[in-house]
Amino acid sequence: MDNTKKITIAINNREYKVDPGQTIMQAADHCGYHIPRLCYHPKLSIEGACRVCIVEVEGMRNFVASCCYPVTDGMKIHTNTKEVRQARRDIVELLVDNHPEDCHTCERDGNCELQRLVYSMGIRHRHFVGERKHYEKDLSGASVIRDPDKCILCGRCVRMCSEIQGVHCLSQAHRGFNTVVMPAYNMPFAETVCSGCGQCINVCPTASFVEKNHTQELFEKLNDKSLIKVVQFAPSVRAAIGEAFGLAPGRNMEGQLIAAFRRLGFDYVFDTQFAADLTIMEEGSEFLERVQGNGPLPLITSCSSAWMKYVEQFYPDMVDNISTAKSPMSMASAMFKTYWAEKMRIDPKKILSVATMCCTAKKYEATRPELEVHGMRTTDIVVTTREMGWMIKSSGIDFVNIQPEKPDAPLGLSSGAGAIFGVTGGVMEAAVRTAYELYTGETLIDIEMADIRGFKGVKEAKISLDGKELRLAVAHGLGNAHKVMEMVRQDRNRFHFIEIMGCPGGCIGGGGQPYATANSIPLDEEALRLRAQALYDLDRGKTIRRSHDNPDVQRLYREYLGRPLSEKSHELLHTHYKAKLPKGIVSPELKIV
Amino acid sequence: MGHRLKKERNRTVTATSYRIIVCDGTACINKGSRKLTALLREELEKHGLADRTTIGLSGCLGMCDKGPLMVVNPGYTIYGNVTEADIPEIVEEHLVKGQPIARLVIQEDHLYNRFFRVFGDANFFGKQMRITLRNCGIIDPENIDDYLSLRGYEALAKAITEMTPEQVIDEVEKSGLRGRGGAGFPTGRKWRLAAKEKATPKYVVCNADEGDPGAFMDRSAIEGDPHTIVEGMAIGGYAIGSDHGVVYIRAEYPLAIKRIRKAIEDARAHGLLGKNILGSSFSFDIEIRLGAGAFVCGEETALIHSIEGARGMPRPRPPYPAASGLFNKPTLINNVETWANVPVIILDGANWFHTVGTETSKGTKVFALAGKVVNTGLIEVPMGTTLREIIYDVGGGIPFGKRFKAIQTGGPSGGCLPEQYLDTPIDYESLAKAGSIMGSGGMIVIDEDACMVDMARFFLEFTQDESCGKCTPCREGTKRMLEILVRITEGKGQPGDIEKLERLGNTIKKSALCGLGQSAPNPVLSTIKNFREEYEEHIHEKKCRAKACKCLVSFEITDKCIGCGACRRVCPVSAIAGSPKSKHTIDQDKCVRCGMCFNTCKFEAIAKV
Repeated sequence: MDNTKKITIAINNREYKVDPGQTIMQAADHCGYHIPRLCYHPKLSIEGACRVCIVEVEGMRNFVASCCYPVTDGMKIHTNTKEVRQARRDIVELLVDNHPEDCHTCERDGNCELQRLVYSMGIRHRHFVGERKHYEKDLSGASVIRDPDKCILCGRCVRMCSEIQGVHCLSQAHRGFNTVVMPAYNMPFAETVCSGCGQCINVCPTASFVEKNHTQELFEKLNDKSLIKVVQFAPSVRAAIGEAFGLAPGRNMEGQLIAAFRRLGFDYVFDTQFAADLTIMEEGSEFLERVQGNGPLPLITSCSSAWMKYVEQFYPDMVDNISTAKSPMSMASAMFKTYWAEKMRIDPKKILSVATMCCTAKKYEATRPELEVHGMRTTDIVVTTREMGWMIKSSGIDFVNIQPEKPDAPLGLSSGAGAIFGVTGGVMEAAVRTAYELYTGETLIDIEMADIRGFKGVKEAKISLDGKELRLAVAHGLGNAHKVMEMVRQDRNRFHFIEIMGCPGGCIGGGGQPYATANSIPLDEEALRLRAQALYDLDRGKTIRRSHDNPDVQRLYREYLGRPLSEKSHELLHTHYKAKLPKGIVSPELKIV
Repeated sequence: MGHRLKKERNRTVTATSYRIIVCDGTACINKGSRKLTALLREELEKHGLADRTTIGLSGCLGMCDKGPLMVVNPGYTIYGNVTEADIPEIVEEHLVKGQPIARLVIQEDHLYNRFFRVFGDANFFGKQMRITLRNCGIIDPENIDDYLSLRGYEALAKAITEMTPEQVIDEVEKSGLRGRGGAGFPTGRKWRLAAKEKATPKYVVCNADEGDPGAFMDRSAIEGDPHTIVEGMAIGGYAIGSDHGVVYIRAEYPLAIKRIRKAIEDARAHGLLGKNILGSSFSFDIEIRLGAGAFVCGEETALIHSIEGARGMPRPRPPYPAASGLFNKPTLINNVETWANVPVIILDGANWFHTVGTETSKGTKVFALAGKVVNTGLIEVPMGTTLREIIYDVGGGIPFGKRFKAIQTGGPSGGCLPEQYLDTPIDYESLAKAGSIMGSGGMIVIDEDACMVDMARFFLEFTQDESCGKCTPCREGTKRMLEILVRITEGKGQPGDIEKLERLGNTIKKSALCGLGQSAPNPVLSTIKNFREEYEEHIHEKKCRAKACKCLVSFEITDKCIGCGACRRVCPVSAIAGSPKSKHTIDQDKCVRCGMCFNTCKFEAIAKV
């Protein structure tokens, strides 16, 4: 940076040269001062609400919130005077005074930003204790539950839900001391537009939002001797669960996880990545069908559960463009209770099908009646990465040092294409690897698609199939999905194939992933990048990198399904989505008079 | 263009022998002024005077406690406390015989005002100077011709035909006008900031979201003279290069809304709003947005959110609305009163305007004078008038011979000033120095019967209730302060409570996000500063010297009791016992201190102790 363009500021009486055009907080970060903060998040708009990040600026009558105040040349900033420290401490105390004192029994004990802040502010006495708010918990949602008592009104969830996810389910309501974050008209989550993505959980500094917990139910079932306990786990779980045990982001813990599952009492451990390969076979074939004129284009992926709820509500006119292929989790579960049960001569009703997912919305997906097979629910319990991390700890399993193990056959072996399903662009990349070969009969040499990797919100690419140019789009985060859908509404022919993942970064940034650690922030871009890298490394380390080359997938078709899109496939691996109109959402066909 | 305006004006003044103005402000309407108007018409008809007498309705004349009010012109005779029975007499004596009825005339000293020579006999107006309210009470607010006849829209015509936008801003800047919404930001500088922005469209907003309890300056100004707001905004639009104005007004002001709406429509019909105003290349139009009555929506960024359809919560500044406001476009927001000053500055010049007021605060200020003062109502005084002049000259002093205790200025976020500050001149700096604020113009006089702790509690209860809930200090801090105040007034105060109030108050003041939060502790901090001994008495001696805090007061029956039994009968909890014609007694355990016995006793035999 050109030094002449820098401006001089003083922080705590020491001078620094900094770039103009940034906030006091950003400048202070560069100068080695981490001003305490709470409502601030770099991905979200500036709220300036919590006032924890106040600093003193000479010449200003009041303290200023450093998250939103720009630096100017010659500015003299004090971050640690007696007055600022006392005001900041009092502000944090005010938050705690209206917060239940139940840290010992709270789900986020040890992972709570408020707790850490109280400690670092040195609040050892309480001066202003008084009335506390009390609201009923909302336990209605299949994925996310809401406890307004723990809310400190930082507004991160509100901004996440509207700015990044475009769902606009949450807002502040009422005034003054009665202010509370809620869906419109305080409707129960189950009846709202909540997509279940769980990003509110990711950004919540306290336990005001948590996933619907299924650990106790799972512990009970694991002790039930009459059940055959089968577990599958998503690609992104292995790339992130280490963080729950204090490891740096990006460590692939696949082997340890499998070993831990067996120690927890699971009888069979299968890999969702296998089902991802299966998804590619079905979805890739569906895409080729549609390219040849059988069915509407663009084809839009359906793997992401939050996305499926979003599209049913907000883009009912696009439902026919959605791939009928089930998500990998639901395909795997369907195979457990049919193919595998028959093969093993097990009564499918005796199978406990468990999924460990990076996702909270999968809890909702598991309850969807349209995914049932022979009248059976296929996925019985979904637990998140966080829940599984806790179960492993709670069971006293030495996760970090455990000897890695391999998954069981025949639903455990996966290709590299299945691994990258967890990161934005991965489904598209995997599909292209297979579709290209199925269509042209030639093997795609350069299988890594740089255009659709990385964390740009909307990514576009082109491929050529026998001279036919196909336009692809990839979006992650529902807000970006909204952008792509608007493009499609403008021009139905703009794209041929669209991959949507509901969470920022894809499944690696899912709502069920481990909480940010003390020195990190939720959805930290670097952490997401490292998790993604773990999956790309996993892909590179495999000899089989294309779904159709997976010998177990080939065997499954040979022994059971016949071929992709066969009648049996349709019965077990495909479904249909239809428009859902929760209260407050008006169908585009309805005209309001 | 000037010619066209003159023609408009000439058309308006028709030859009439009498012109009667009946105050049609909210207070007078409540006192039956409309019935009087109807009676007046009947009476005029009866005497065959209907064709040569016009009846005009006006906005608030200000002397609300003397309403219903009626002005007979020519002669500028003001009648107050007019009853239905007085109407035939007024018509008979005054209009037919030409003899004003002395009994009904509000007789006080003569006065001179720059804009009009009216209301000659009211001392109430003696120290007043009406710039903002110059037409209120003079014109029929629903008649654009009335406004035009008093040089209405001439300032707009002058601005767009004779001045460049730059010159308009220069004039406003030179006048020294400062924002009347409370903060006192120099208006000209604000205009210049908005004018220099390149982005389009730009917006001009009138903040009519008056929310202070007991304040009705903006409402009365719009009800009485809506066209001046329209004209002021159009001039602002011309100055900064905007063609779109928005009046943000609370839905609880139906009459003001009706009148501003009519004014906009009439102005449009006269070519004073809309495309190519007065044949120039300048186009400007105004729309009305209704607020749902949240106090915080008077804060400019919250107001912007509300207009946009979002929840009315403030956001941090910068960026200021002048750079990024409504729909993220440059936006010029001024208060009703500020806009009303603009035509005067353009027409009479900044140099004249500059002569009114003090060194730092120019012009006049409108106040809603309320509380324990003889003349309550709307007043407008030059900056620099002292609080003492307002209370004793304009307000007529404290009623019932009570002692003055404090004056609360600036609405719920202002401070309470005791006697030693009475000679403080009204201007932004002096009030701030004294520990209060100018605010938007609430002014409440407090006498010895009021408890200052209870006062502070009352105001804080309001701000806590109206806090938007966004920032921690305001949302949580004011709640804790309120809890402490409540316990002090209930006799449960603890040593250290005053210090806690001061500590929280200072934290909130210095850390809150918006002006509402930053000023919310003012009533508490200023009463602690000026009346600390009252707080201490409450806490340490469990005593309320004003006998206003229910929990700290008990009622006792003295020897004056004749045993009539009236107190026993009204007591809602049967705490009073006694046989007829003998002294009664109060069971203190049962007593809920409602004070009904105290109010009922005709023999002053019940004492508050």
